Amino acid sequence: MPKPPPPPPGAKPAAPAVPAKPKGPQQEPWSSPLVDAIKQKFGGEFIKSYSFLGQNQIELKKDRIAEIMTFLRDNDIVPFAYLVDETAVHWPKTEEFEIVYILYSFSKNERVRIKARIKEWEPIESVAGIWTTADWLEREVYDMFGVQYANHPNLKRILLPEDWVGYPLRKDYNIRLQDVEWVRKHLGIDSGQKYYVGEARHEDEGYITPSD
Amino acid sequence: MEFAIDYVLIPLIKIAVILAILPLLVAALTLAERKVIAFMQVRLGPMRVGPWGLLQPIADPIKLLLKEDIIPERADRWIFALAPVITLIPAFIVFAVIPFGPAINILGKPVSLYVTDVNIGLLYVLSISSVGVLGIILGGWASNSKYPLLGALRSAAQMVSYEVALGFSIIGVLMLAGSLSLVSIVNAQKNAGIWYVFYQPLAFILFFICGVAETNRAPFDLPEAESELVAGFHTEYSGFRFSLFFLAEYANMITVSSMAVTLFWGGWLRPFPNVPALAFLDWIPPILWFAIKVIVFLYFYLWFRASWPRYRYDQLMKVGWQWLLPLSMANVIVTAVLMLLLNKG
Amino acid sequence: MSTREEQTLFDASEITVSMGPQHPSTHGVLQVKLKLDGERVIDAECVIGYLHRGVEKLGEAQTYGQFVPTLDRMDYIAAVSNCLGYCEAVEKLLGITAPPRAQYIRVIMTELNRISSHLLWLGTHALDIGAMTVFLYAFREREEILKIFENYCGARLTTHMFRIGGTQYEIYEGFQDQVRAFVKDFPRHVDEYETLLTENRIWIGRTRGVGVISAKDAIDYGLTGPSLRGSGVEWDLRKAKPYAVYSDFQFDIPTGQQGDTYDRYMVRIEEMRQAARIVAQAVEKIPDGPLMAKMSKIIKPPVGDIYHSIEAPKGELGYYIVSDGSTLAYRARVRPPSFVNLQALKKMVAGHMVADVVAIIGTLDIVLGEIDR
Repeated sequence: MPKPPPPPPGAKPAAPAVPAKPKGPQQEPWSSPLVDAIKQKFGGEFIKSYSFLGQNQIELKKDRIAEIMTFLRDNDIVPFAYLVDETAVHWPKTEEFEIVYILYSFSKNERVRIKARIKEWEPIESVAGIWTTADWLEREVYDMFGVQYANHPNLKRILLPEDWVGYPLRKDYNIRLQDVEWVRKHLGIDSGQKYYVGEARHEDEGYITPSD
Repeated sequence: MEFAIDYVLIPLIKIAVILAILPLLVAALTLAERKVIAFMQVRLGPMRVGPWGLLQPIADPIKLLLKEDIIPERADRWIFALAPVITLIPAFIVFAVIPFGPAINILGKPVSLYVTDVNIGLLYVLSISSVGVLGIILGGWASNSKYPLLGALRSAAQMVSYEVALGFSIIGVLMLAGSLSLVSIVNAQKNAGIWYVFYQPLAFILFFICGVAETNRAPFDLPEAESELVAGFHTEYSGFRFSLFFLAEYANMITVSSMAVTLFWGGWLRPFPNVPALAFLDWIPPILWFAIKVIVFLYFYLWFRASWPRYRYDQLMKVGWQWLLPLSMANVIVTAVLMLLLNKG
Repeated sequence: MSTREEQTLFDASEITVSMGPQHPSTHGVLQVKLKLDGERVIDAECVIGYLHRGVEKLGEAQTYGQFVPTLDRMDYIAAVSNCLGYCEAVEKLLGITAPPRAQYIRVIMTELNRISSHLLWLGTHALDIGAMTVFLYAFREREEILKIFENYCGARLTTHMFRIGGTQYEIYEGFQDQVRAFVKDFPRHVDEYETLLTENRIWIGRTRGVGVISAKDAIDYGLTGPSLRGSGVEWDLRKAKPYAVYSDFQFDIPTGQQGDTYDRYMVRIEEMRQAARIVAQAVEKIPDGPLMAKMSKIIKPPVGDIYHSIEAPKGELGYYIVSDGSTLAYRARVRPPSFVNLQALKKMVAGHMVADVVAIIGTLDIVLGEIDR
């Protein structure tokens, strides 16, 4: 039997394992004079800037965040006079909190999202001295996640009672959890909850899923 | 014998009549307030108790009487019990001099429709109503709680401030009538043939505003408003004792309205009392004229409450001292000058 | 009410008084700790959280569609806005837009909702200051709007009107006539409220110069909505970053000048008129078409995050949603306007009298359901 002719050069191999183009919106790179200014002044803290679904975002390192925020508020290119929101997202796999700042500029009608990641035990500088809005917003992040803000004027719990133990919006805080001690002390009843703050919940009979 | 009948029996009967009717009038006034204000607010008011809610003023006192009598633990029991009484008694006894009508014939005997005609009638009214302030202060004091005390002091300060302007505003009438006796003032209006409000319009307006402030009614009711931080002197009072304060407030409203009518609007006189062409109006008895006019002013009280927001306390005091008092004093001076020039004597 | 005083009653230089949490005028369970010097307020500290229900945690435990009715309970006075904001945020994440018919219905309902929220604000604010009758009149008009809501979706207060992708309910027979009758009648009623309040010297005395905040401070504190516009900043998300079909309509943005309570009152009165104007325009040209966009029944947005905000009656209501590709949101953050607005209370009451605190809380137009979530 004669050997089949060798495939012509440049031909693709059969049944290639080419990964399909990822579906759905992707992060587009975003650059602008503002991004250039940030890269120039704070190159060490700049990670990347991109645009997702038309919304511009910048990822930074957490060091010097207060300086960067002051720059963002006071710069001439796009002055962000208004802090729309400050919140956090918990990524337990990497033991990180992603602090998200949403800023808006009245003069340029632009919004930008700044993200900074910190480890769960690391503190981050407060921006309450830059925008007074951040005062309560950061208190809420502290209340719900346990993020320590350095130089915050009044860091104490805002929505939960002062002596509550636990940070509810963390991913390892089950939605049905209650601070049983607090309930017993202040309401005088036995909470009857199955899970207790401080106990190792993962060793119990299965992690309660939201559909329970 | 004549003496006993004229000076003992008949006044006693008159007093009994007043003491009997006055609480009923006050009760009717509370119902009227709720109904009138409700109609102004596009709603109906009390409708359940009796047809159209007419028996509500009977249900309310019964409810208040049946409530538990709570005296705060550290309150001064005697003064706590006495304070509402001290407020109520002046509110009632001031009606001794208010002239409801001229002399009418009962069983052949001319009986005047007022308990007595003291020749210092006006002074009597002013001084007796000042005693009522004492009850308020004592009520706040006896509660032994900071906020009723502060509320009581504010109410008292407000009432005292407006009393000064009130006093000045009636001096004009006093000068025109030449007498402090209320019956004489009404008769003087009859002789002049005109109600004094046409001679003293500013004084009337000042009098009525001060009267509203005296009785702690809207728009001067901040010391007892529900949305105010300090709940007022009657915070700690409940049940029957509260109803005494309540009664006193409404009786004071009737007093102020009656005084406004007597001093400025001719008392029991019909409009244009000396014009013969309007003599056909005489088929309405004088006491009914009096009642109609008082009801009109009570309606104004209710109207103010439904329409206007309330003054803040400092604005209230400012209005009293910086506006009403100078205006009323100016009124006195202008009246005096005009009287001298026009030789009213 | 509890107090703590440093000295005896008559030489107390500073006393702390706690207003609330049960108080007729704090519009919900809000506790304000006032430091007083005689009659003047030196400092005010707000204690919130009495109504905290863990809405954001629920957002992670419920699917996107299930979460929508939970959001109605946040700002329960103006529930339609909450719905609109969230549905639009998820739609943005999914990359779909609701069809035009649904958008028009959304705009009509949202603007009616704005009117109803402002009417409630007007009634309660006037009631706190003592004008009882305006309360009853405002609620009479609000009743008409709630009847429309009830006819449309069955609920008056927590309406759950819209779905992700459009609206579920078709407009009912007689809807357009009922809405037209309402907007025809409404300006006359606003005139009625203005007759009672706008030129009333007692009202002016209680609201002029009370609770002043400058535009610079307002932006620093993150105030939005009528509270910001009362200070002179002409900014409205419906014009700055138009959403739904607001760019199809003509309306004005009222602003004040001095940033006091009276200006905020005038701004909100005018906003009611403008909202009626939008509804009048919208109800005439509702296009035909489907009510829901084409989308899969199971909502699984792509991985990523989005922030979308709308102009709710109280201010800028924003939703920051982080999706991990599953049917449950990874993080559903609500940016509540009243929460951010309430911070400014401290600044606004300093130096005023106790009786003004109630007026200032009223003028901020807060709803505790939104603050505490």
